Amino acid sequence: MTPAQLAQLAAAERSAAAAVRHEVAVCTGGSCGSAGAAAVVEALAREAGAVGGGGNIRVKGVGCLGLCRQQRGGPPERVGVLVRVAPENHLYADITAEDAPRLVRSLGRAPLLERLVDTGQAFFTRQRRIVLETCGRVDPARIEDYIAAGGYAALLKALERPPTEVIAEVTRSGLRGRGGAGYPTGLKWSTVAKARGSEKYVVCNADEGDPGAFMDRTVLEGDPHRVLEGMAIAAWAVGARHGYIYCRAEYPQAIARLRTAIRQAEGHGLLGPAIADTPFGFRVEVRVGAGAFVCGEETALLASIEGGRGTPRPRPPYPAEHGLFGKPTLINNVETFANIPAIVREGGAWLAAIGTDKSKGTKVFSLAGHVVNTGVIEVPMGITLREIVFEIGGGIPNGRQCKAVQTGGPSGGCIPASHLDTPVDYESLVGLGSIMGSGGMIVMDDSTSMVEVARFFMGFSMKESCGKCVPCRVGTVHMHELLSRIAGGRGTARDLALLEELCDMVRQTSLCGLGMAAPSPVLSTLRWFRDEYEARLLAAAEG
Amino acid sequence: MREDRHRPVPPTPDAIWERIDAVMRRHAYSSHALIETLHVAQEAFGYLDKATLAWVAGSLRVPLSRAYGVATFYHLFRTEPPGRQLCVVCMGTACWLKGAGEVMRGIAQTLGVHDGETTSDGQVSLLSAHCVGQCGMAPLVVLDGEVVGPTSAPTVVARIAARRAGPSPAEEAG
Repeated sequence: MTPAQLAQLAAAERSAAAAVRHEVAVCTGGSCGSAGAAAVVEALAREAGAVGGGGNIRVKGVGCLGLCRQQRGGPPERVGVLVRVAPENHLYADITAEDAPRLVRSLGRAPLLERLVDTGQAFFTRQRRIVLETCGRVDPARIEDYIAAGGYAALLKALERPPTEVIAEVTRSGLRGRGGAGYPTGLKWSTVAKARGSEKYVVCNADEGDPGAFMDRTVLEGDPHRVLEGMAIAAWAVGARHGYIYCRAEYPQAIARLRTAIRQAEGHGLLGPAIADTPFGFRVEVRVGAGAFVCGEETALLASIEGGRGTPRPRPPYPAEHGLFGKPTLINNVETFANIPAIVREGGAWLAAIGTDKSKGTKVFSLAGHVVNTGVIEVPMGITLREIVFEIGGGIPNGRQCKAVQTGGPSGGCIPASHLDTPVDYESLVGLGSIMGSGGMIVMDDSTSMVEVARFFMGFSMKESCGKCVPCRVGTVHMHELLSRIAGGRGTARDLALLEELCDMVRQTSLCGLGMAAPSPVLSTLRWFRDEYEARLLAAAEG
Repeated sequence: MREDRHRPVPPTPDAIWERIDAVMRRHAYSSHALIETLHVAQEAFGYLDKATLAWVAGSLRVPLSRAYGVATFYHLFRTEPPGRQLCVVCMGTACWLKGAGEVMRGIAQTLGVHDGETTSDGQVSLLSAHCVGQCGMAPLVVLDGEVVGPTSAPTVVARIAARRAGPSPAEEAG
């Protein structure tokens, strides 16, 4: 497919869409998918056909519309899905298959007021969507939809420029790794591009393992082509001809959509041996994980793609020089790749103008826990945690107070409510003893015991330790035991001192990031909520 | 296809082995295909028994110890047959905050098993997941692939009982 053909296809799709009077988009994201999205799509399509609106009404499934749940009162079992109607831009919640006739009849007339969601609320207006710009707009099962929205134009644009210029553009954007560590993406790309060897690989880390994180899932399920496009641009930039997406097995929908997307892109000549009729070829394969948190660590991930146990190895050598099958390998996270098409399209300076001095662009978060609005959001870097929790998130339900915000999962920490005015950027969060992480953000209300939180995460790290290095394998068990003792009111001041000592030891001596970061939830809760630990200690005499 | 001679014969004459063999063939019987192959084998049989592991290991020319190591390293591979129903309690952070621990305890007590075990009649396996990524439904449980939430132990137990009584519960391996 040449650039002219791509533009032609996009134009044809757009005019076909313009001829339709109403577009009814049904959210098929994780929660809506489980709440019967497929049945709603079917019922709406049947209804549209019945009213003779086949040509006037277009029903389609789209990726996550973002607002997975709005909790006001008690917790009723979730019923129905989100549906957006265009061009009116009405968003409905809790739509079931039974609502289909009413909804279709309402098109062009008065909306169904009782199901209408206010799209003027902060949850929608405070977001800035770049990674998610087409998620929720395009049908993830149709490449034509993505192309109509401007998809793959950035890849074709990149192919007309030398790789060094593409890398320079990414460097100029200031984009940093969205997996959590925040390594400059442009620098990583240029290291792989400069690495010796004719065979190189591009790997997408889609092993979203942090509990409470579902941003990457949203992107993969809602807009798989964006990730493929980003990977293909990266492959052109670093000189790779083969790529892998390592996706966790817990996301069967994401795996299925990725496989469909790859097939479609190959069919359109946008992936495969001769992309856009140029000599550049790039093949992508999906590799499915098998349930191991440690495989999010890059060297463990590579070991898993190679078919072995997912155990990390010491670095250096870094994967940029010695990666998959011993070849130079570029590993980026889903969200990082999803940023690339927009950077190539708009230019690096455009992204660099968004965000803070050292953290550019936006960040996608999955907001969950004790918060009114649960869902996936994308916000400009530099926004404060308070704005996220109280404006976008709608505050704390059940009349409770916010106690802490947890970011970075088991490798991160808890930020106390007193520091909610901190801007969200890599350095500020590290300064508070947490990390940006991949984007899981869990709000905790004042009923939460922070000692229990630390114990919960340590239990996670303990189970997920791969067992290769002693500090992590043994240290996490002992830290968990000490935390259990303290949480159960059986701990002494000496136990607490020992816990802190172990935290330091495990952090300093573990082999990989999982072990090094395992003490973080303990250290951060000790830093901000030490009184809760001390209140549970036995009297000193018994120590 | 001279290489065929070195490849072990499937444990039984069942045609299902061909499906598994097809995955290995697609990867040129490279040892890198181990995880992909075990996924398909588990999908076919519900778990990985010794004969299957030995056959896959032999076909990919890796030691049985390596195949066993991989099968036991990853949480999703099973070396024991699962129950007819799979009940997976999400223990992700959001679910945990909203009482997943109680949900797990309640179900475990009623069924008389611990996390990771199968009832003695082979009907129900109780498992936990770290996070299924649908935190809007917390606390949630995945029953034979169907996500239920927000839910509670009594609701889940009732649904399990209803399925047990039903004509034929879906036998999903995933």
